Amino acid sequence: MHDATRDAALFEYLLRLGDNALVLAQRLTEWCGHGPALEEDIALSNVGLDLLGQARYWLTLAGQVEGAGRDEDALAFRRDTIDFRNALIVELPRGDFARTTARQFLFDHWHLLTLERLARSDDERIAGGAAKAVKEVRYHVERSNEWICLLGDGTAESHERIQRAIEDLWPYTGELFESDDVSTRLARAGVAVDPAGLHPVWDDAVSRVIDGASLQRPADTFAHSGGFRGVHTEHLGYLLAEMQFLQRAYPEATW
Amino acid sequence: MVAPARRAPSIDAAMIRDWLDGVPDPEIPALSVVDLGIVREIAWREDDDGAVLSVMVTPTYSGCPAHEVIVESIRARLLEHGIERVDIQTRVAPPWTTDWISDAGRRKLERYGIAPPRALADGATPPCPACGSDDTECVSRFGSTPCKALYRCRACLEPFDYFKCH
Repeated sequence: MHDATRDAALFEYLLRLGDNALVLAQRLTEWCGHGPALEEDIALSNVGLDLLGQARYWLTLAGQVEGAGRDEDALAFRRDTIDFRNALIVELPRGDFARTTARQFLFDHWHLLTLERLARSDDERIAGGAAKAVKEVRYHVERSNEWICLLGDGTAESHERIQRAIEDLWPYTGELFESDDVSTRLARAGVAVDPAGLHPVWDDAVSRVIDGASLQRPADTFAHSGGFRGVHTEHLGYLLAEMQFLQRAYPEATW
Repeated sequence: MVAPARRAPSIDAAMIRDWLDGVPDPEIPALSVVDLGIVREIAWREDDDGAVLSVMVTPTYSGCPAHEVIVESIRARLLEHGIERVDIQTRVAPPWTTDWISDAGRRKLERYGIAPPRALADGATPPCPACGSDDTECVSRFGSTPCKALYRCRACLEPFDYFKCH
């Protein structure tokens, strides 16, 4: 039987998955041509490309579930900030290489745990997309872990910069593990993951890497929140202005 | 009335597969789309207007920019052989794996200068495709495309791409 409320929740949930990947892909590709070394320039763009491909899958599926005729492009290029459902951590400016690395590290570990669970979803569309993405994200995690070690055990300056980046970003990680009506409803139906349940596993995993890199895990103070409800930082608007410019200026443009 | 005989469905899938073995991957032209293992199914079906060839393709990486080009190249190759009604579908599950790259494909990769994917023990590195030495090191986890990593041979000093296990 068609369940309209459940489809509405699924649409919201798919936007979260798709928008997280889309916005972070956009931030990563800002490094193209500006990486600290050619190899890292390419690596950052390639991680972004993986995420962009994943975003296309989730947003296409979101459009199908919504059933209002919106495709991946309509969802990516014709929504405003208030309709985006990404977590705040992915929209923050890229900062220096340490900040980009710290963000990627904290996000990758959440992403991997989430996708591993989603690969066992009762909804085979979600399970299929997650099973594909999880192979890519496992590789992202390995790369991020290596960089945390390299920067933490590198020079005094790299150590200080990566430590500060982790401290600055830590208050944005709590949001990733907030459960709400959408996630609870879908988790109960066997379709999605309850994010709160992943928090201790994530904390163990990232703490082990942080500790191994001679860095300090920041203390938990408070958590910023709002992205999943469309309440964003000022940074998302600027990002969308750049990303959406062409489709806004020349609607339906193709080439 | 008897429907006119149609030639198309008599062409069997193995022959079509041979034709597609001539479609190169746009980013690694030494490999065909068949070598790469992304052509999963080739089958004829009938609809109201007659026979349709259905081709199932599984993309390598989610963000592979070559996917659209591959789909169009497959369509063009089939058209060259007179097959006009083609339905190319993309299927993500089960996910593509480098285990699907054929043995012929692995040999072609090596000859092309790309170390083929292989199970590596912890800390081990792939042998150099130029000189065969095992004394190699990883320079970057990503090479010129998402499916490759960049290595360097300490023996002959050549840099090379390694097709990552996936």
